[in-house]
Amino acid sequence: MIPGPFDYHSPKTLSEAVGLLSQHKGEAKVLSGGQSLLPLLKLRLGTAGHLVDIGRIPGLEYIKEEGGMLKIGGRTRESALEASDIVRKKYPILADTAAVIADPIVRNLATVGGNLAHGDPANDHPATMLAVGAQVVATGPKGERTIPIDGFFTGLFETALEPDEILTEIRIPAPAGKSGGAYVKLERKVGDFATAAAAAHVTLGAGGEVSRAGIALTNAGPTPIKAEAAEKYLQGKKPDAAAISEAARLASQAAQPEADRRGSVEYKREMARVLTTRALKKAVERAQGA
Amino acid sequence: MSMHEIRVAVNGEKKEAEVESRLLLVHLLREVFRLTGTHIGCDTTHCGACTVLLDGHPVKSCTVLAVQADGREVMTVEGLEKDGKLHPIQEGFFQEHGLQCGYCTPGMMMTGYALLETNADPSEMDVRRAISGNLCRCTGYVNIVKSVRHAAAAARAK
Repeated sequence: MIPGPFDYHSPKTLSEAVGLLSQHKGEAKVLSGGQSLLPLLKLRLGTAGHLVDIGRIPGLEYIKEEGGMLKIGGRTRESALEASDIVRKKYPILADTAAVIADPIVRNLATVGGNLAHGDPANDHPATMLAVGAQVVATGPKGERTIPIDGFFTGLFETALEPDEILTEIRIPAPAGKSGGAYVKLERKVGDFATAAAAAHVTLGAGGEVSRAGIALTNAGPTPIKAEAAEKYLQGKKPDAAAISEAARLASQAAQPEADRRGSVEYKREMARVLTTRALKKAVERAQGA
Repeated sequence: MSMHEIRVAVNGEKKEAEVESRLLLVHLLREVFRLTGTHIGCDTTHCGACTVLLDGHPVKSCTVLAVQADGREVMTVEGLEKDGKLHPIQEGFFQEHGLQCGYCTPGMMMTGYALLETNADPSEMDVRRAISGNLCRCTGYVNIVKSVRHAAAAARAK
């Protein structure tokens, strides 16, 4: 399969890239790892008059802690996230997530920024980023702006990014006190999108009660789903089996899955419940061990 | 549609081509450079038959634009054999009967080659994890895993 015709641009700087996006506003797409965009263009599910390849712009691939935050460059490869010592030690929920995205070969090119900017509710990073309360940095003609992840996913394949903005950084709050997170995914085989998947992140207070809970679901609706009722329910409670079970039930009620080859609505909702239970249990274990 | 002059080092040999923006790397390799060892399988980023190394990392060449490889190094299955002598990974697939129909083999060998670059003694699980993006429709995975480990053992014995 061959994509429809387009013009390819390979800017050497971020401002040049933004300039090209502004110049071809509405007709241009950012090419990052290309592991979602190129299949889309090949299958002719989408067209783009111009591709702006950010692959040759220096300084967009990094993982570092700074100012109480983990900062991930927008073009950081999933394979780099998976292999990062700091991610594995301090942000295991991110390592959980990277390890189940597509397959190891795809992860050599696929990027963290692309996984979010694509706006696909079946992608894995969105739920994780919702659970940890991330922010994304968008760079456009007027410079940088920070977008809280809660307001980032606006619709199916739609995000808060303007057509001439590039997702250049993801910021995640550094673990505070006793906190931990986990991402659990059910897939038919390596490389498939989730039948259901859940991200959970908890912070525990001095008495072991939950002071903050972040819970989100993958591939359970037109956008990644933030399970707010479940989050609120856990607030101030001891995260015992009964509380986790009730939170998972509330999370599964927030799911709006559609029936497809991966299962019926009932099955997917039930899997969302089971996986939220598992993600919460693991998150609490990690928080208690922190 | 724009045309691009590109220079790519393929198996250590410098090559030049003028390509359309939309030409895929796998088509550049097969149709322009006539290196047909790299196979096109599913053409949808699933099967890994088209796996080649781009700057040393395995990638699915059906999901990379040829122009993205400009100024970079590509290694294909044709780059494994040196001076008429099979690479240990090829020898491994031969000795352990790592192929049936052979269609997935070039991709399997490139992924296996890349694994051995970073892991000289991979466990069965290490190999299975590494090739989890390469499909064998003959389902001959047991011998493929043996082949990669055979290659690892041979390389260690050198």
